[in-house]
Amino acid sequence: MELSGAQILFECLKREGVDAVFGFPGGAVIDIYDEMPRHPEIKHYLVRHEQGAIHAADGYARATGKVGVCLVTSGPGATNTVTGIANAYMDSIPVVIFTGQVPSPLIGNDAFQEVDIVGITRPCTKHNYLVKDVARLAGVIKEAFYLARTGRPGPVLVDLPKDVIQARTEFKYPRQVRMRSYNPNLTPNAKQVARALEAIHKADRPLFYVGGGVVSSDAHKELTWLAKKLNVPVTATLMGLGSFPGDDPLWLGMLGMHGTYAANRAVQECDLLVAVGARFDDRVTGKLATFAPGAKVIHVDVDPTSIRKNVRVDVPIVADCRETLVALKAQVEAAGGPETLRRKRQQWTETIKAWKIDHPLTYNGADSGEIKPQAVVETIYELTKGEAIITTEVGQNQMWAAQFYNYHKPRTLLTSGGLGTMGYGFPAAIGAQVAFPDTLVIDVAGDGSIQMCIQEMATAMCYNLPVKIVILNNGYLGMVRQWQELFYKKNYCATCMDWAPDFVKLAQAYGAEGYRVTDPAQVRPVLAQAFGNGKPTIVDVVVSREENVYPMVPAGASLHEMLLV
Amino acid sequence: MRHVLSILVENEPGVLSRVAGLFSGRGYNIETLNVGPTLDREVSLMTITTSAPEVVIEQIIKQLRKLVTVIKVVDMNDHMAVEREMMLVKVGAEGEKRAEILRIVDIFRCKVVDVSSDELTIEATGDRGKLEAIIALLQRFGIKEIARTGAVAMKRSMQ
Repeated sequence: MELSGAQILFECLKREGVDAVFGFPGGAVIDIYDEMPRHPEIKHYLVRHEQGAIHAADGYARATGKVGVCLVTSGPGATNTVTGIANAYMDSIPVVIFTGQVPSPLIGNDAFQEVDIVGITRPCTKHNYLVKDVARLAGVIKEAFYLARTGRPGPVLVDLPKDVIQARTEFKYPRQVRMRSYNPNLTPNAKQVARALEAIHKADRPLFYVGGGVVSSDAHKELTWLAKKLNVPVTATLMGLGSFPGDDPLWLGMLGMHGTYAANRAVQECDLLVAVGARFDDRVTGKLATFAPGAKVIHVDVDPTSIRKNVRVDVPIVADCRETLVALKAQVEAAGGPETLRRKRQQWTETIKAWKIDHPLTYNGADSGEIKPQAVVETIYELTKGEAIITTEVGQNQMWAAQFYNYHKPRTLLTSGGLGTMGYGFPAAIGAQVAFPDTLVIDVAGDGSIQMCIQEMATAMCYNLPVKIVILNNGYLGMVRQWQELFYKKNYCATCMDWAPDFVKLAQAYGAEGYRVTDPAQVRPVLAQAFGNGKPTIVDVVVSREENVYPMVPAGASLHEMLLV
Repeated sequence: MRHVLSILVENEPGVLSRVAGLFSGRGYNIETLNVGPTLDREVSLMTITTSAPEVVIEQIIKQLRKLVTVIKVVDMNDHMAVEREMMLVKVGAEGEKRAEILRIVDIFRCKVVDVSSDELTIEATGDRGKLEAIIALLQRFGIKEIARTGAVAMKRSMQ
């Protein structure tokens, strides 16, 4: 039977198991929206700005591990998604973005709402397509989903000219994808795995350094098993938080610029660094020349370009993280079980323990009468017992949420790691809440970041998504102010948010709940009330204005050169 | 060091900009770039010469392989290979200069492909060293214009 391009799109989405689409209509995609009501299995969430759509699709993808889907019109609709696409690209999040395009004959004519979105997004998508023939549409969509979720995941954009959406063709969904130029290697080389295991066994001071790849490949169980059985402590990047239980004695906390003292010291003093699904980002390594100076490096990554990009590697393994850890586990078992390979490493364990005790994550002035932002995050953790999905904006709020909340499970922290996108957290929380309607979803926000996508309050209200926004309100763009304080002689240029809305009234204007907290004693009861009210809610917490995030490794310094509280 | 990369790509719109964009976006340089069809109509061959430290070359090759439309990347420096480039040079050739230029043409087995009362256009083929030598020798006659194809390369049958 012949179907229109729009009908084909929906048939493909169904076959890919898509149940939610975040979008915003416009002239170029009106045929798709015209078709939409006939496909109630796919629920459309109308956002208030296309950036909200792409971040929500991204949040949905991070929370579920499925491919997030976003649908926008041509021109400004498409360009408004670019930040979110770059965000998903940097963090390797599987998202498929459908953009409308002017009719094929008009392409290149500077037509109304025309933009070369394929050209614009080429460097920030895993791949992208302009569909020129409706006969190719189903194949392209199949490829787009396949590319988005396999190998190193990432965003894939499909640009749909209006005439292609309207044209009709016989619908046939390909059963499998065959691309001669794309074959990610997932299976680890057995010899390399054996070398890795031998290196771990021999090491006196080994350390797991894990990143988002462990989360995206669902390797957390294998990681936890190996770390515990082989007695190897674990640190994680911001993207890797949740892939190892935050209350385990082997857990060191996050490493890097705002990493814990113990994690950063352990990196600098380990003799073996086992990097799994992490990419040695500059915020993690500090000064490269002095990073992990005494360590042999094992690096597991599905993306060959990550390996030897920034650091020398002794045992490279290009493969899926989970498959690699499964293979490691199998070799441990084949060698006679963990008992034969487990080493006590008492000195290493004791040293790490001492670092943790001597320099825990902490802050001053808990009894100063001011609300400490770190205490707010701690309270959120205590109230939720780590069972919530936390999203963050970007800046100090993000770092405190990373430091003072113990993540026990993967996919419970959704945060813009690579791109550092202010405005990400709230729409991402909406996406996560769509996926998990019964889970508490909390956006830890700053008063600056939250204003970047605040319009999505209407989306949360419209679909009854009871997302909680906890604003750590210090009246500053706090992270930049912190840099100005520490490195720019307190020249607080353009970081004081002199005017902000009354967030309580703002919530109420949308029909949501709003609370303001100024008294430390009220933090817990108000948060408890907010988390239990079943409605989209803003909690505006007025915190110590000039609180800083510590530890801090100044940009360009070595990891052990931390500024402490 | 200078490397010659042979890159087989899907012959589809935008593939050149994907490759060129990769180089510009990551700060790699392109010295020469040549694209042409192959026996398979769906595949084009791109030849890029670039100079960079070895770790950067490794990264360039990996990044190229990561592009979805790139089928295969061969670093010709890893193989015995023939490398050729074609060049057209328009050179001033008034009076007595002409005979001398024609001798150079003869020595380097070039061809004269266009002639006027005061200019000669010469077609030269060779590896980079030969073309540079020709340019150096013609310099003093006054080179008016140069057009070069960029290098193409092929692995030798006997490796």
